[in-house]
Amino acid sequence: MSDEVPDTAPDTATSPAPGPAVPTPPRTVGRHEGHQHAPARQGGLLPGLIKGLATTARTLVTPSHTTEYPDAKPALPPRSRGVIALTEENCTSCMLCARECPDWCIYIDSHKETIPATTEGGRDRQRNVLDRFAIDFSLCMYCGICIEVCPFDALHWSPEFEYAETDIRDLLHEKDRLGEWMQTVPPPPALDPGSAAPAEIAAADKPKRVVPERTAARTAARPAARPAARPGPAVGAAAADGDGPGA
Amino acid sequence: MSALEVVVRALVTLVGFLVLPLIVGQTEHKVMAHMQGRLGPMYAGGFHGWAQLVADGVKFVQKEDVTPAAADRWVFRLAPAVALIPYLVAICVIPLGPHVVGAQVDAGALFVVAVAGVGILGTLMAGWASANKYSLLGAMRSAAQLLSYELPIVLSVASVALAAGTLSLGGIVGQWSPWWLLWQLPGAVCFLTAALAELQRPPFDMPVADSEIVFGAYTEYTGLRFAFFLLAEYAGIVVMSLFFTVLFLGGWRGPFADQLGVVWTLLKGLLVAVVIIWFRVAWPRMREDQLQRLAWVWLVPIALFQVALTGVGVVVRR
Repeated sequence: MSDEVPDTAPDTATSPAPGPAVPTPPRTVGRHEGHQHAPARQGGLLPGLIKGLATTARTLVTPSHTTEYPDAKPALPPRSRGVIALTEENCTSCMLCARECPDWCIYIDSHKETIPATTEGGRDRQRNVLDRFAIDFSLCMYCGICIEVCPFDALHWSPEFEYAETDIRDLLHEKDRLGEWMQTVPPPPALDPGSAAPAEIAAADKPKRVVPERTAARTAARPAARPAARPGPAVGAAAADGDGPGA
Repeated sequence: MSALEVVVRALVTLVGFLVLPLIVGQTEHKVMAHMQGRLGPMYAGGFHGWAQLVADGVKFVQKEDVTPAAADRWVFRLAPAVALIPYLVAICVIPLGPHVVGAQVDAGALFVVAVAGVGILGTLMAGWASANKYSLLGAMRSAAQLLSYELPIVLSVASVALAAGTLSLGGIVGQWSPWWLLWQLPGAVCFLTAALAELQRPPFDMPVADSEIVFGAYTEYTGLRFAFFLLAEYAGIVVMSLFFTVLFLGGWRGPFADQLGVVWTLLKGLLVAVVIIWFRVAWPRMREDQLQRLAWVWLVPIALFQVALTGVGVVVRR
């Protein structure tokens, strides 16, 4: 039958081309049996048809992997890109995110406020006050560049994704709504075992800088009533003391 | 037969005709889904989407009934009925139990084969009247397919009728004995293959090959008329499954046949329907020329061989 009605067996297309002989691996019984097993031509049409039936029958009795989404919530990894959350207090209105955004979907309005000098004769300070921070999620392409560029960790990914709207204009999230998403931002995942310590902890744990002998002696000599440099850790301590006001 | 009995029989047949295709359709939804690693409908009706096809029906009713401007209006609108009604007529005469049958017909086997052949006219009418080249191509393919595959069906039915010595479907079941499963096996294979082709079910769905001719003769249909064509397909599966059951699987024969005869017929019929669904999931579509070749080079000779075998068997047995 195989020669009369060619090319209908499902696995003829996927069977490896006859080429320089690679020893056929021992036949294993499994899902991808058809790919390993010698050219289907030899088997002909009927075994191909039966193999098709067997595959579908096997799948029929295998439980499907479908997760019934609205009933069963997906377990999303913490770094999922669902929605962008804003910590308003961290934002300095520096506009980096808005300028880097490829879609121009971030809107920031701010004004400067003058903080009167706290000491007599001091200078008045100015700071930016954020009036509006909005992300238009109908334009956003979830590239995450805004989060990457934010120098003050004001923007975060949240895995929350169920904020579809029936009106496209409602996808413009103002800063209060962006702030509400902060509650859904998961804590950063723990570091892998054996990885380097985070930058902050590494800086805090770093041993004090050991000042070379000659410099230490010179520093110690400059202030009048300093005890002479001692060997060991005390050198570092003395050097650190000396650095502070002197610098 | 009183008028009341006629009405009751007609109503019961009609209800069966409307419900059985839905059961087959729902079975196809679920079995095909699980064969493909999916779940299929899960929501309509609450329990595993049992009402999905009812919901589909409601949707089809709501849709606009479009008749193309260039279409042959009356033929176009009549075609779905011509496709559907022959199967209703056929299901009337197929016996589910010794006394459970819509209408007792003496030459039942002949009647079913003849009537089922009319259904294809609906497809031809639809294809011709749609004023659409894809529809026309689909209709031509349907016609060619029907011409080729009617012969193996008739020959296999003839073989069974020869073996039983009667054309009555009830008589065939009465004569049936389990060793027919072997004796009539080539004929059964021929019949099932040809029935698949006549129903235009995969792997013989060239007339509606969507990647080539959109949806064949049904391309221009919308709404309820389209739904009727779909219903005709599933009614066709029901008719062919039950016909196969009666001819080759002994119909209502089985343990407690007196009480459970109808259940046996329906159960065997459902099994055949599931096999038809299984073929659809497992096998790719054949090419038009392969399809013709299969019919003339393989099925017709095998069916002829079966008729000869049956003849020899009948003579030897006597």
